[in-house]
Amino acid sequence: MSVIPDGHDPFARDRGGPAQPLLSVSGLYKHFPVRKAGGKKQVVRAVDGVDFDVLKGETLGIVGESGCGKSTTAKLLMGLIERDAGGLLYDGQAVGERAMPWRSYRREVQMVFQDSYASLNPRMTVEQSIAFGPKVNGVPGREAVERARALLARVGLEPRRFAGRYPHEISGGQRQRVNIARALALEPRLVLLDEAVSALDKSVEAQVLNLLLDLKAEFGLTYIFISHDLNVVRFISDRVMVMYLGRVSEIGLSDAVLDAPAHPYTEALMASMPSLDPDNRTAVALLAGDPPNPIDPPSGCRFHPRCPLAEEVCGVTEPPLDGIRPLHRVACLARQPGSGHARAPNPALAA
Amino acid sequence: MTAPVTAASMALDGGLLTADDAAPEGAFVSSRGFWGHVGHRLVRDPVAMGAGAVILLVVIVAILAPWITPMDPYKGSMLRRLKHVGDATYWLGSDELGRDMISRLMLGARLSLFIGVTPVLIAFVIGSGIGVLAGYVGGWTNTILMRTIDVFFAFPSVLLAIALSGALGAGIFNSIVSLTFVFVPQIARVAESVTTGIRRRDYIDAAKLSGASALTIMRVQVLGNVVGPIFVYSTSLISVSMILASGLSFLGLGVRPPEPEWGLMLNTLRTAIYVNPVVAALPGVCIFVVSIAFNLFSDGLRAAMEIRQ
Amino acid sequence: MSSSEPAVVLRDLRVAFGKVQVVDGVDLTLERGQAIALIGESGSGKSVTLRAILRLFPEGRSRIEGQILAAGRDVQALTKRQLADFRGGDVSMIFQEPLLAFDPVYTVGRQITEAILRHETISKGEARERALALFERVRIPSPERRLDNYPHEMSGGMRQRAMIALALSCRPQVLLADEPTTALDATVQIQVLLLLRELQRDLGLSIVIVTHDLGAAVEVADRIAVMYAGRIVETGTAHQVVLDPHHPYTIGLLRSRAEGALAKGSRLQTIPGSPPDLANRPPGCPFAPRCFLAEERCRREMPPVAEIAPGHRVACWRTEEAASAYRAGPTPVRAAEPVLA
Repeated sequence: MSVIPDGHDPFARDRGGPAQPLLSVSGLYKHFPVRKAGGKKQVVRAVDGVDFDVLKGETLGIVGESGCGKSTTAKLLMGLIERDAGGLLYDGQAVGERAMPWRSYRREVQMVFQDSYASLNPRMTVEQSIAFGPKVNGVPGREAVERARALLARVGLEPRRFAGRYPHEISGGQRQRVNIARALALEPRLVLLDEAVSALDKSVEAQVLNLLLDLKAEFGLTYIFISHDLNVVRFISDRVMVMYLGRVSEIGLSDAVLDAPAHPYTEALMASMPSLDPDNRTAVALLAGDPPNPIDPPSGCRFHPRCPLAEEVCGVTEPPLDGIRPLHRVACLARQPGSGHARAPNPALAA
Repeated sequence: MTAPVTAASMALDGGLLTADDAAPEGAFVSSRGFWGHVGHRLVRDPVAMGAGAVILLVVIVAILAPWITPMDPYKGSMLRRLKHVGDATYWLGSDELGRDMISRLMLGARLSLFIGVTPVLIAFVIGSGIGVLAGYVGGWTNTILMRTIDVFFAFPSVLLAIALSGALGAGIFNSIVSLTFVFVPQIARVAESVTTGIRRRDYIDAAKLSGASALTIMRVQVLGNVVGPIFVYSTSLISVSMILASGLSFLGLGVRPPEPEWGLMLNTLRTAIYVNPVVAALPGVCIFVVSIAFNLFSDGLRAAMEIRQ
Repeated sequence: MSSSEPAVVLRDLRVAFGKVQVVDGVDLTLERGQAIALIGESGSGKSVTLRAILRLFPEGRSRIEGQILAAGRDVQALTKRQLADFRGGDVSMIFQEPLLAFDPVYTVGRQITEAILRHETISKGEARERALALFERVRIPSPERRLDNYPHEMSGGMRQRAMIALALSCRPQVLLADEPTTALDATVQIQVLLLLRELQRDLGLSIVIVTHDLGAAVEVADRIAVMYAGRIVETGTAHQVVLDPHHPYTIGLLRSRAEGALAKGSRLQTIPGSPPDLANRPPGCPFAPRCFLAEERCRREMPPVAEIAPGHRVACWRTEEAASAYRAGPTPVRAAEPVLA
């Protein structure tokens, strides 16, 4: 029993078939100009050449630290900021062109923000916020309100008690449920969750994660799940993409990437997660210092100044994102045959 | 959606349970709403309520003035000039032409309020429009609009009002027009800064993602959040407007005699300041009290509108 | 203060803001040189407990009852002047947001030397020497140069280190840390946690750390105290609390973590319901309405604190059932009955 007319058949709106990626991102760039002291103009290379696909029905996790470009990527995917270069293909159609104008694209792709309070209009009731989207898309007022109430019930908020409330009258977890309901009100196929559970208490986070799993199954959704918490990403994602300073450093099936990281940065990230075992506490931090600033990224491999495997070649050659196994791509010279790195696998053996 | 919603799933997380949680079956809990909360808090503010009462009293008197003045405010008598306050016939004395002060003050409230409030109201509408547009659209539109507005800030408001009134000529209509010109830039500036602050909120982004047009977003999402602060700022301008309007009349650029208006009365009575200072000061007292009342009320309104998270 | 005396002792600490009893009878002892973590969710009273040790509340609007002993001083009895010396001198604190601890218009080095000079009569040069030593101590790279940085010129992790240096500037015996790593990136968080552990070991510092992250707590703390609705429900060594929990709330917290999920894509176990309204406490155990083991007695009577092993104390009527439910493995443990009528 679905709120959404064709929601029970996730493939009703499908065009290219299951093998075609739902969203295909290629060569995405975004540089922000900044003025440093002294009036010298510089650019923040927030997103600097990112390619990836989002497969139909999967959850793609995106992880990385501050400055890695994951939030900028999210805003670029949603068209909230304009991209400098790059292409977006939604189910095989170029976004922003005639076949898939932004307006239709946005009905298919919705987003949930991190800050549950800032993403709700403080002067609108919960129900008005959810019904706004359908209303501007031509759903009659009465029907939009009905849909809002049904969605509220679906995300676990009893409409009778919550529909008329204002955002400041409900808790953070409840607000995030409202935000999820609002995102679903336009019947999207792809939902982008930008640190959507990061600000919540752990036990509330677990409830919202469960809700996300349920909704995905019920409405046949595809998720892009951005988070800094590797444990949560591992739990919810089928595939995971690791970003560092505006580029993709590793992408692959989440168990493969997180259990046996191929990129030294992924390995360091994994090692940084606090252990829950008092008898085996973390002994040393693999990385020193803070993630560097994306204003002036290092030459060659961007990770090389902090990398334990770094060699001379790493400061010169920028590693391409190459497949090392099916569905597993890494941007690290030490993993690529013939790269000139001493640890690189032998090309003859690899071939 | 007919899946039974279990009680357990209703109370999923967080949120302190309030009285609303015991709502009767079937009734949708409707929250008091933002303005409900503001009203609720305003009523508990004694200063704002006192100021509000003064404003209300003056407004009522102004409306009813033609019917309730004890004497004819236009009819003077050379024999009864400048009676003192507390006179048996003229309770608040009489002016330099022997007209009853209390009647003239009551009738004067009409014009004084009218030319004090009207420019602010008009400027509120125009200024909010310009400011919200500039703030929401940003970029070049913002630069052009706001730099133009800045030109007006180069002049002190009193000077600007006098200059415009002087250029347009004396009269009620012209003084309203010139005062409106004085206030539009100020209100637009506030509206622009409030809107700019809101434009970057996530809920505006969320509204954009729903495919709403810029106009719809401004009307539905932005306006509700900015109209309050702009309104509060505007009410604080009413007192300035009343004083400026009185000033214009005082200089002979506003209301013309024999119409009673507090500023004009202050002007004509100034010759009597050594003979009967108390009566001469009365219109000034009225201007003072009403301005203060508007200011205090606007302060209370601002305090009541500060929402907590 | 004699070496055997504990660093911090709280006896029946109660803090109320108006009608809201935020901390409701906390007993806590921190031995010298130990690190203890207070963990709990928002509204559990953990931060308020921490702040009470420094009396960081406006006098009029809060009511603190009970006994607070820290670094050998009775905090409740301190005068305003003594309190000013006590804060920073005997006991100091670090926060989640270092920008709040620093004045943006002065260099970090100047603020640290001034803090030293305020508490001690030494020359400016000596104070600067000490600031430099502190910067080396907290492992700030090129410390000499960094002392002349303004707070905004530092990266987040470095600011956090600088704040720790500031907190240590007057050689306190006790360091209070309020969510010190919550705003940091993972690779930086682990560095700061390891630094805290190192300071505890090398300087003999006693540390109270407040966090909502069990993982962070395990990394630094010798002991863990789990708070719920203004009370400590379970306390013990990190080993006891994390590996052998006896309180259903602790079990719920452990079970709801994503890394503890049974299998990929399976639902996480959650704690149903919501925390109680602190202005209107129901009788009995505050966790009872959400507890999978709650029985009639739990709703009527507040459970006493039982010592189930040396140093392992739990406030629950049914510790044995809880512990065996945990040992039995992650079987679905959810409230069978509706939480709200």
